[in-house]
Amino acid sequence: MASTNFEKFKSDGSLMGNVMEWVDARFPLTANWKAHLSEYYAPKNFNFWYFFGSLALLVLVMQIVTGIFLVMHYKPDASLNANGVPVAFASVEYIMRDVSFGWLIRYMHSTGASAFFVVVYLHMFRAMLYGSYRQPRELLWIFGMFIYLCLMAEAFAGYLLPWGQMSYWGAQVILSLFSAIPLIGNDLATWIRGDYVIGDATLGRMFAFHVIAIPLVLVGLVAAHILALHEVGSNNPDGIEIKKNKDPKTGIPLDGIPFHPYYTVKDIVGVVVFLMFFSIIMFFAPELGGYFLEYNNFIPADPLQTPPHIAPVWYFTPFYSILRAHTVNFFWVDAKLWGVIFMFLGVLVLFFLPWLDRSPVKSIRYKGPIYKAALAIFVVSFLILGYLGMLAPTEGRTIVAQICTILYFLFFFLMPWYTRIDKCKPEPERVTSK
Amino acid sequence: MQAGAGKGHFEMSTNIIKKLLIVVLFAPLAALASNVELKLDRAPNKANDQAALQNGAKLFVNYCLSCHGASYVRYNRLKDIGLTDQQIKDNLMFTADKIGEPMAVAMSRKEAKEAFGAWPPDLSLIARSRAGEFGSGADWLYTYLRGFYRDGSRPTGWNNAVFENVGMPHVLFELQGEQVMEDHKLKLVKPGKLTQQEYDNAVADLVGYLVWMGEPVADTRKRIGIAVLLFLGVLFVFAYLLKREYWKDVH
Amino acid sequence: MSRDEKVDCSRRNLVFATAAVGGVATVATAVPFVASMLPSERAKAAGAPVEADIGKLAPGEMMRVEWRGKPVWIIHRTREMIESLKKVNEKVADPESKRPNQPAYAKNEPRSIKLEYLVVVGICSHLGCSPTDKFKTGADSGIDADWPGGFLCPCHGSTFDLAGRVYKNKPAPDNLEVPPHYYISDTRILIGEDKKA
Repeated sequence: MASTNFEKFKSDGSLMGNVMEWVDARFPLTANWKAHLSEYYAPKNFNFWYFFGSLALLVLVMQIVTGIFLVMHYKPDASLNANGVPVAFASVEYIMRDVSFGWLIRYMHSTGASAFFVVVYLHMFRAMLYGSYRQPRELLWIFGMFIYLCLMAEAFAGYLLPWGQMSYWGAQVILSLFSAIPLIGNDLATWIRGDYVIGDATLGRMFAFHVIAIPLVLVGLVAAHILALHEVGSNNPDGIEIKKNKDPKTGIPLDGIPFHPYYTVKDIVGVVVFLMFFSIIMFFAPELGGYFLEYNNFIPADPLQTPPHIAPVWYFTPFYSILRAHTVNFFWVDAKLWGVIFMFLGVLVLFFLPWLDRSPVKSIRYKGPIYKAALAIFVVSFLILGYLGMLAPTEGRTIVAQICTILYFLFFFLMPWYTRIDKCKPEPERVTSK
Repeated sequence: MQAGAGKGHFEMSTNIIKKLLIVVLFAPLAALASNVELKLDRAPNKANDQAALQNGAKLFVNYCLSCHGASYVRYNRLKDIGLTDQQIKDNLMFTADKIGEPMAVAMSRKEAKEAFGAWPPDLSLIARSRAGEFGSGADWLYTYLRGFYRDGSRPTGWNNAVFENVGMPHVLFELQGEQVMEDHKLKLVKPGKLTQQEYDNAVADLVGYLVWMGEPVADTRKRIGIAVLLFLGVLFVFAYLLKREYWKDVH
Repeated sequence: MSRDEKVDCSRRNLVFATAAVGGVATVATAVPFVASMLPSERAKAAGAPVEADIGKLAPGEMMRVEWRGKPVWIIHRTREMIESLKKVNEKVADPESKRPNQPAYAKNEPRSIKLEYLVVVGICSHLGCSPTDKFKTGADSGIDADWPGGFLCPCHGSTFDLAGRVYKNKPAPDNLEVPPHYYISDTRILIGEDKKA
């Protein structure tokens, strides 16, 4: 890190000053403070969409802290207790009823899981609006995509832990996807489960992944994401580089302001507003009509009885819809495998966004009508896919899902073509504050 | 010229978007037409009526607890609905000796399996798990407990309008009487101890109690929520003023 | 902020006010997390008062009951045992039970409600081991020739008399704890609760 560029702390003779000088001679405290906060210059024209990065960090911390306290009481054990209830399921109810304030910590964690995806989806959409994935921020985007993948894995593993009906059968369905892989599929699925069905072995490993393995990777990726951001600097709603216009004397970007205090005080406002929305859901509708906590998950896992309708939690449903939309076998490959391939492709394709977008401008403000329409269609398709993924499939719904799946992929596959022919407006020289 | 062309483009694109929105939004609505509609009666809300919840607790202990447990609910939790330790011990505690014990089922698992062929589910969370697209868990239970009718083809002699081929017999029939199903409508043919109105009230109390058991902390949760929101409101004012104070330098 | 700008008073006040309100919010948020580490309802239920039937406890014998996961000893003291208490008054650290290791109704020489029955928590006040009973007197006890009977902690050698009083110059600082208890009837004791007024 750019520790050499910053001067070491000089004591003013006070005790605090001496301590600071002592620390600073041995650890790059001042250097990091300046590099990442007080002398990290961010564009001054951030708008509403720029709250979601710091909010994602807040939710990450919240999930880790609440998670630590939940692990103190939760038991990853699928065996039945004296009342005939799986120990894992009973331990969640134990947290909800017997641990003082356990309910609050659990609701924070369950609401936080959904909030994480809300915030991250909006954060990703911001990148798509303003071209934040474009050169020189490709790697930043890729780190972000890995974070998103980790989050999905984390959410999937975490959802198994309450060991309710939805936990069990959702995991059953998703882990069965691996059996679609030719030749090794069935053996692979068995290996992942550690048993012939989802069982205690599966619960144990998902617990290990959820509380140790994935969070470690996640924290590392978040650090890499922030370092990459601070290396290249933040994008902004105009999609132009503030580093192009620097004060010749100081070398500070003319349109940049120090992250601290300007964006710290601004983000605090964002955090408070976010916490208000969060509290409204957590305290007054923690199940959120079955979207955040599914009703069937209040029934303990029963390997002998599938609930009448299984749907993943809302944040997975767009991809689940893509999975289900494939109903035809072709090219000697059956529909199940096509579904799996396209579901994964639906996520993977996002990694290539920096190279698919060939527009001369970054921000939607200066992009042409074709891109605007394409993005609108993409968003609508994504939302419809998400909505359909929550419903039981009917013939009509499957057709709609198929149309939306095609639109979803066309957005990406045609992007190199339509972004080039689109009629863009000229970018301004300096950032605008609109 | 330039501006006009831009405007034309813009209008074109908004038109495309609008049309697409209409097509794409209404298609699923048409596809939505659900085939099975479940009509549920709305259960009265008893959350703030302690007398009703206490009556519900009494009904629960007398009619449900012999087969169904509520193994996550401790007897002393009933203090939350306004009962004292002594009242709980004297009137409600038949299956335990200590006030801190959970409301376990009187029947053993083996006996239950022999009697019903299945283990009657634990009822601690029944009101939360029975919610669905047609109504809340309370609505479902309220309709279900009033929906038993005579059906000679069933081993128990009972069937249910909401839960087809239910395994449970009508345990409250001495209160409700006997209904039969005629032309998809329930008809009371033999009155029970209670009038229809009284029976509906009793079931409402029982359902209220089941809802309470599903999340005994629900009331506290909402009260804390209000305090938290008020506090965040104050914090928002300060945070906003602080932000405005700093940002007045930024032009 | 420490540049040569004029000190902006309203800005400073706002920073302090926001920090104060935010600090209160942080402390309030910490409360549920700290509270969640207290004994849960299950632990409280498991730690509920227990009943002991002392009807069959012969003089000179002791029984153990579990209360809050700890051994509680009930010792039916013989006449000799009771008399031995007087003899050791000078050897024990706190003969009059001045330190608060017992409820008020057991703050007496035999440290009990009834003279014959001693009820104590069998956990050494040093580092939490459970002492063993050494009721044999004299050299037979293996402790010393004028041992009047009592308890020996196997961990660090603290000794206690038959009222649970600790001997002087031993690692254990305090007498054994007398739990709250009362007699429901002549032969039944409830351990874990004081008698209600």
